[in-house]
Amino acid sequence: MSSAVFLNIIRFILLILAQVAIFNKINLFGFVNPFPYILFILLYPVNSNKNGLLVASFLLGIAMDMFSNSGGVHAAACVTLAYLRPTFFKFSFGLSYEYQTVKINERLTPERFSFILISVLTHHLILFLLEIFRFSFFWNILLRTILSTIFTLALCIILIYLFKPSKN
Amino acid sequence: MQQLFVYIFKNSTRLLFLLLLVLSLSLTIQSHSFHRSKVISSANVVTGNVYERINTVNEYLNLKDENEGLASENARLKSLLFNIKDTTKIIDKAMMSSFGNYKVIQSKIINNSYSVPENFLTINAGSLKGVNPDMGVMNSKGIIGIIEHTSKNYATVISVLNVKSQINAKIKKTSHFGTLRWNGKNTGFVQLIDVPRLATVKKGDTIVTGAQSTVFPENINIGTIYKIYTDDKTNYFTIDIKLFNDMTSLGHIYIIENQDRKEVLELEALTKDE
Repeated sequence: MSSAVFLNIIRFILLILAQVAIFNKINLFGFVNPFPYILFILLYPVNSNKNGLLVASFLLGIAMDMFSNSGGVHAAACVTLAYLRPTFFKFSFGLSYEYQTVKINERLTPERFSFILISVLTHHLILFLLEIFRFSFFWNILLRTILSTIFTLALCIILIYLFKPSKN
Repeated sequence: MQQLFVYIFKNSTRLLFLLLLVLSLSLTIQSHSFHRSKVISSANVVTGNVYERINTVNEYLNLKDENEGLASENARLKSLLFNIKDTTKIIDKAMMSSFGNYKVIQSKIINNSYSVPENFLTINAGSLKGVNPDMGVMNSKGIIGIIEHTSKNYATVISVLNVKSQINAKIKKTSHFGTLRWNGKNTGFVQLIDVPRLATVKKGDTIVTGAQSTVFPENINIGTIYKIYTDDKTNYFTIDIKLFNDMTSLGHIYIIENQDRKEVLELEALTKDE
């Protein structure tokens, strides 16, 4: 149990540092940035305490907000994603997800892909809505959400398989 | 009473979620209003240190451009110095301190953002070096922004590429004033609004900071006129300005303190009250 806690703390710090040092500086086409730091929320143990995940996600978001001077934008998106995570699990893996141990970081199945996709999409939509906060930028928000979602999705999948190669 | 506890216990996740969501949303709304929250800014010790470390790596990649820029500025200043014919005009230090109301502090940008509508920069000079909110920030090419928050060793700058930024500017040739804003679209261009229609504007004219600004000295370069829009409903021009600065690659900067600013603002407030 304590090794899982330790692993998550390490993951928390490493993902923030990677996000700040590398992924926030990519600026593809001048405005598209991936946000693979939400892998922390996606990879958090499935059957663990939900309140713990909520608090951890809030801290993760606030840390990102400090680095990018954005108020509470990342925090709001992360907390919402953490809260909706069980719903997305149900949607992707079926109702009995809690009994069969769902593991995200294994072979990429359509279920896992759809889970990551819907999570990333939700997070990014809330993030850009709150970050831009103006209706006159509606198409801009939509464009950013779609492009960033594609970028983050690809990076998330790559990162998962980089650090957890499949056993077969 | 007991039922209340049972309710709280049963719905603890939902209540915690709502609490955290409200907290982060209030921080968000605060950050979008003009006076930002001081808690969540990158001018604190942890983020400042991290950015400083990242920047030491990035600095090497831009060393050549940075040096060229500084050398060309030196050359320009030297040519000014050598071409002063009248030796009595050379200002000595005693005169500088009694007349000069602008103080310049040198600093460096350690984090730069330009991809969202509200962009902020982080610099590695803070209140210990005498940096305070509402000081101007520029480099050898032109203006960059205005100081927003400071901590001991760091400060955040509200960039000209921020839809909330408003800077007084004028057309250099004709001295017609306008307000410098950004529409959030292109990082190379800002907009000058509220220029009266009777001003003669031409593509390629230089835009500089105006005398109404209490933050910047007059006549600091901003950019050149790129495109002119006329609005039939109002009597004003909206002008696209191509910035002299490439806001996506910035290094060394100067912070300008207008030592008369407080006096001017107090006087203006007094006049308004009457």
